[in-house]
Amino acid sequence: MPAVQETIDQVRSIDVDQYKYGFETEVEMEKAPKGLSEDVIRFISAKKGEPEWMLAWRLDAYKRWLTMTEPSWARVSYDKIDYNDIYYYAAPKKNPAPKSLDEVDPEILRTYEKLGIPLREQEILAGVEPERRVAVDAVFDSVSVATTFKEELKKAGVIFMPISEAIREYPDLVRQYLGSVVPVTDNFFATLNSAVFTDGSFVYVPPGVRCPMELSTYFRINEKNTGQFERTLIIADKGSYVSYLEGCTAPKRDENQLHAAVVELVALDDAEIKYSTVQNWYPGDAEGRGGIYNFVTKRGDCRGKNSVITWTQVETGSAITWKYPSCILRGDNSRGEFYSIAVSNGMQQVDSGTKMIHLGKNTTSRIISKGIAAGKSENTYRGLVSAHRKASGARNFTNCDSLLIGNQCGAHTVPYIESKNASAVFEHEATTSKISEDQMFYCQQRGLSEEEATALIVNGFVKDVLQQLPMEFAVEAQKLISISLEGSVG
Amino acid sequence: MLEIKNLVVQIEDKRILNGLNLTVNNGEVAAIMGPNGSGKSTLSYVIAGKEDYEVLDGEIILDGQNLLEMEPDQRAAAGVFLAFQYPLEIPGVASMTFLKAAMNAQRKSRGQDELSTPDFIKRVNAAAAKLEIPKDMLKRALNVGFSGGEKKRMEILQMALLEPTFCILDETDSGLDIDALRIVSEGVNALRSPDRSFLVITHYQRLLNHIVPDTVHVMSAGRVVKSGGKELALELEANGYADYRESEAA
Ligand SMILES: Nc1ncnc2c1ncn2[C@@H]1O[C@H](COP(=O)(O)OP(=O)(O)O)[C@@H](O)[C@H]1O
Ligand SMILES: [Mg+2]
Repeated sequence: MPAVQETIDQVRSIDVDQYKYGFETEVEMEKAPKGLSEDVIRFISAKKGEPEWMLAWRLDAYKRWLTMTEPSWARVSYDKIDYNDIYYYAAPKKNPAPKSLDEVDPEILRTYEKLGIPLREQEILAGVEPERRVAVDAVFDSVSVATTFKEELKKAGVIFMPISEAIREYPDLVRQYLGSVVPVTDNFFATLNSAVFTDGSFVYVPPGVRCPMELSTYFRINEKNTGQFERTLIIADKGSYVSYLEGCTAPKRDENQLHAAVVELVALDDAEIKYSTVQNWYPGDAEGRGGIYNFVTKRGDCRGKNSVITWTQVETGSAITWKYPSCILRGDNSRGEFYSIAVSNGMQQVDSGTKMIHLGKNTTSRIISKGIAAGKSENTYRGLVSAHRKASGARNFTNCDSLLIGNQCGAHTVPYIESKNASAVFEHEATTSKISEDQMFYCQQRGLSEEEATALIVNGFVKDVLQQLPMEFAVEAQKLISISLEGSVG
Repeated sequence: MLEIKNLVVQIEDKRILNGLNLTVNNGEVAAIMGPNGSGKSTLSYVIAGKEDYEVLDGEIILDGQNLLEMEPDQRAAAGVFLAFQYPLEIPGVASMTFLKAAMNAQRKSRGQDELSTPDFIKRVNAAAAKLEIPKDMLKRALNVGFSGGEKKRMEILQMALLEPTFCILDETDSGLDIDALRIVSEGVNALRSPDRSFLVITHYQRLLNHIVPDTVHVMSAGRVVKSGGKELALELEANGYADYRESEAA
């Protein structure tokens, strides 16, 4: 083989860049001036037609943010972000607030089609069983472009709409809960989000209502040099139930892009929220060029007694992930769960985990984390389990497993445990393993290629967590994990 | 037909096979016997293509194909099957899932369509019933927490489903009680056919009472030192390997 060809083949064989969603959509966008200032915040607020209190809230957050410094405790490293080199608002010029799908730019509709996300209710309805339906809110850069099944959900009393719309239509509800779980000054990125958030979903499920379908939001960052600052607020009133899923993708670009989201969940007495994420932001190329910085604050408040919040995440994308979906177990007998699969390959860096804060009596929590590191990636689980003085009978079970593929990657487990109540029982298990050569040979002897064998063994490793996802997404997630690990062996 | 000529293999600078010659014809059941450490498992691994073994000389030809140039999965697709002396555990992967993945992977490399799920399930259930493998075992993670006998039965189930042309059984009888031995042997015998050959590695005559070989080869110090018919196994049972150990020195 000639040397050149050999080099090309070699490079191809180590290429981890299998990202299937890296295309770009050509639409004319309207943007706020680059950079961050009071004027830009006023611009965003005006674009959204917000009431005065909302603008004041944003400006207050901005003032506080100016006094804060970026956190550096996570096990990730990246070049300093220039916050004035980012666009904070980008919306399709043509009809940024379409009333129906017919008004949405066809180019954008095609984008979601390509991503496999159904936005046309008629098409979804055809041949789909009622309980398998999913209502979708599609967020494109800084605005929501479509929300499906809104009317039908409304009949059940469920409010599902872009948060910008909710601020206008249900100001009292939003005002009561916004920032009540993640305070404005919670952390650097959350404060930034509070100042500049653009869109995201709002969900309110009234007392006693079981939401009749899965809700989901698909986030797409399309525009160059644009940050996405999503804000999601979900409230499950007494005795209600809702299952929500978010997905996200972005085009391949050489520059890094910032995604700093805040998600707040509130579960009142006897309510249950299941929140699932399939995070597939562009991870950057094999050399670590480009990719999304995913700096996210997600927190659920089990405010009422017997309430339940479950976080399930499948994290395969992003150049850097900094994310700790947490539960505040305030109500007596409340329960928090965290199920996570974090896959890193190439040069990706993941620092993710959860916090379970036990405040109420007889509160329980469960953490199952599966980290898979391949390539030259670094994968850290960071978790805190704490019991307050009054949290008698608090219980936690934590299981953190790491699987290493190859010998250039790293897996780390950083558990913090704080117990101020003697009756709390916290259990922690952790393992780190590698796919053994003997296992690999056994699978290959049965006819599986090295990659097929890796995918199979990895799927076995993550099975406990995949089972937590809604059925239709579990299959998608399984495929995604295999794709993310392509090129990690050989 | 499998032809091994002058096979010389080392691992970590240690010679294990020293110019081994062996021919197994289509439809033939060849038994390999020999003392511990004579290189029987090494031979089976080298045929199947395990890394780490350095082949210094010789060739292995299966039906005209040079196995030494092929990856383990390609060899499997070409018809090589190894029932492991110590089958591996695959946590979290249901035996059913594993079987389906393996069957479809081999079909894919042979350019065949994937099996439909009903067809697959029909085949598995039929083969499992013959080996007296209960259905709930198929739902459990492959080999995880299986008894020694269950693991060996699972190996034979895979062999039955993958329909290989050259089957190696590496001490499949070890760890089996009388009943399990009978079930496994019947499973193997049912697969005997004019275009499938077997290499049955064992220490004991016992297995060969159930799986009656066409030829018996004695291995010692990395070589086949004597070949004969099935009576050779009886002779070994009576006299032990002492005669052949001397040939190491020779
Ligand atoms: N991975 C290895 N590293 C070093 N020596 C090995 C290895 N595998 C096998 N051997 C040695 O090779 C010889 C043959 O082993 P093996 O093929 O397992 O024999 P058998 O199956 O006939 O008992 C033994 O001396 C054994 O110790
Ligand atoms: Mg052996």
